[in-house]
Amino acid sequence: MIARVLRDEIVRAEQQRRLYSALVVVLTLAVLIGGLRQASAMNSGSFFAGLSKFFDYPGEIVIEAWQAGPAFFGLLWRFLPALVETLNIALVATLLGGAAAVGLSFLSSRNLDVWPPLIPVVRRTMDVMRAFPELILALFLIFVLGTSPIPAMIAVAFHTAGALGKLFSEVNENIDRKPIDGLRACGASWMQRLRFAVWPQVAPNYVSYFMLRLEINVRASAILGFVGAGGIGSELRRTIGWGQGAGDETAALFVLLFLSIVVIDQMSSATRNRLVRGPALA
Amino acid sequence: MGRWDLEIVELSKTFGAVTAVDRVSFAMSEPQMIGVIGRSGAGKSTLLRMINRLTPASGGRIVVEGRNVLELRGREMREWQRLCAMIFQQFNLVPRLDVVTNVMLGRLNGHGAFKSLFAMFDRGQIEDALAALDRLGIADRALQRAETLSGGQQQRVAIARALMQRPKMILADEPIASLDPLSAEVVMKALREIRDRDGIPVICNLHTLDTARAYCDRVIGMRDGRVVFDGPSSELTPTAARDIYGAEAALDESVTSTSIGKAEAPAWGSPVVAGA
Repeated sequence: MIARVLRDEIVRAEQQRRLYSALVVVLTLAVLIGGLRQASAMNSGSFFAGLSKFFDYPGEIVIEAWQAGPAFFGLLWRFLPALVETLNIALVATLLGGAAAVGLSFLSSRNLDVWPPLIPVVRRTMDVMRAFPELILALFLIFVLGTSPIPAMIAVAFHTAGALGKLFSEVNENIDRKPIDGLRACGASWMQRLRFAVWPQVAPNYVSYFMLRLEINVRASAILGFVGAGGIGSELRRTIGWGQGAGDETAALFVLLFLSIVVIDQMSSATRNRLVRGPALA
Repeated sequence: MGRWDLEIVELSKTFGAVTAVDRVSFAMSEPQMIGVIGRSGAGKSTLLRMINRLTPASGGRIVVEGRNVLELRGREMREWQRLCAMIFQQFNLVPRLDVVTNVMLGRLNGHGAFKSLFAMFDRGQIEDALAALDRLGIADRALQRAETLSGGQQQRVAIARALMQRPKMILADEPIASLDPLSAEVVMKALREIRDRDGIPVICNLHTLDTARAYCDRVIGMRDGRVVFDGPSSELTPTAARDIYGAEAALDESVTSTSIGKAEAPAWGSPVVAGA
């Protein structure tokens, strides 16, 4: 009797769950189709027409790169300095932003004996830092400081401090507090507790987030070249702006970007493995 | 080291409406090994944490060499914390650091900011740490990460860290509650040896009577935050034990026993258990 009642209840719950799933699917489709139609209408009808030509341009790039033959590798070599400049912007910005993020994250974690009223203040500050897109900040800074890699670097570092600070503080809040108590009972100062009880626990995760951010910042720095920050972005704007004829150069630039992202990803997992499984940290 | 007096006067701790430690007073004028016993929640841990200043006290005084340590602030408070080393039930080592570094962290008090930031320790500190580990018989583990050691080994590392602090007193908060009986014996013997050889007093929270009897000179029994027994462990009669643990514990000590090889201990499976 009870089994029967239970069975009816389970069947009813199951039917309800299916109904909700179906509703979610229908809703998602409606939003998708509605959004596409809207976009098409605002483009005065050329959206779907343009869609058929979607692969024309990338196709052109690939064909031109193929036609270039061995000269393509010469292009890679020619654009290497531009890549180095972009990587440089990204690396310095990530290091500066990451260092600031470490400080901000310690001051915004509830489990690290920080003066409590300070925590929401630091958190809101990081929200503000994250809210500014790098592009807008870079445009503003380039207007003030002139076209050079420095404004781009500041813009990326500023955004990075906010973004990494939030991730770092989430890492901090997941640590084991027992080592902190252990060192507090020895008479260690707050800084010493952070250094020896918190840092060894959080460092491996910091490294993964840092490397992920470095990867994101390489792309961000490339984009900032479009607004005059130099590096690979400036080259891309030139070659894409020229349209036909510079396809091989565009392809070379994309290959360089792709390779650098792959290298960073490999370095990231290697470093993290060493930190987690390797010899003891100090 | 040497002789020094500890006097605790009316020490209290309240958490909201709950009184965890209720006007506890006792004094120690020679380096004793004191066992603090009582049921879970009797206030033993809070008492020890207040002495070390890990938990702020709500009232009372702790007087050492004429100073009330509850009034110490900042640098002076941390200096006091170095002097009364604390040992925890869960060891509280830094799991990812190697054993010898964990021991050297006992010297953090007074270690410069720059040296701390770059984890730089002197040759003398390394030698002291190795000597402390050697004394506890685990010097061969010095370069392993602390997290790879067994519980008993980790607790010995924690004791080595405490010795590294050059303490005047050792507070041990349930040091053997997470250990198997063999490791528990090693740890208790080590604490007793520190008391006997270095003359450092040890205050040790325990929840088993027989351990307190076997290793401690003096027993303080706590119940509901109050001291209900204070005397030599030889005076700890079954009646006194009933006061400490409550009437319903018609105490069969084998139920709370952690020691091994005691011939007179009744065998497990005896129908006479707590609550009978």
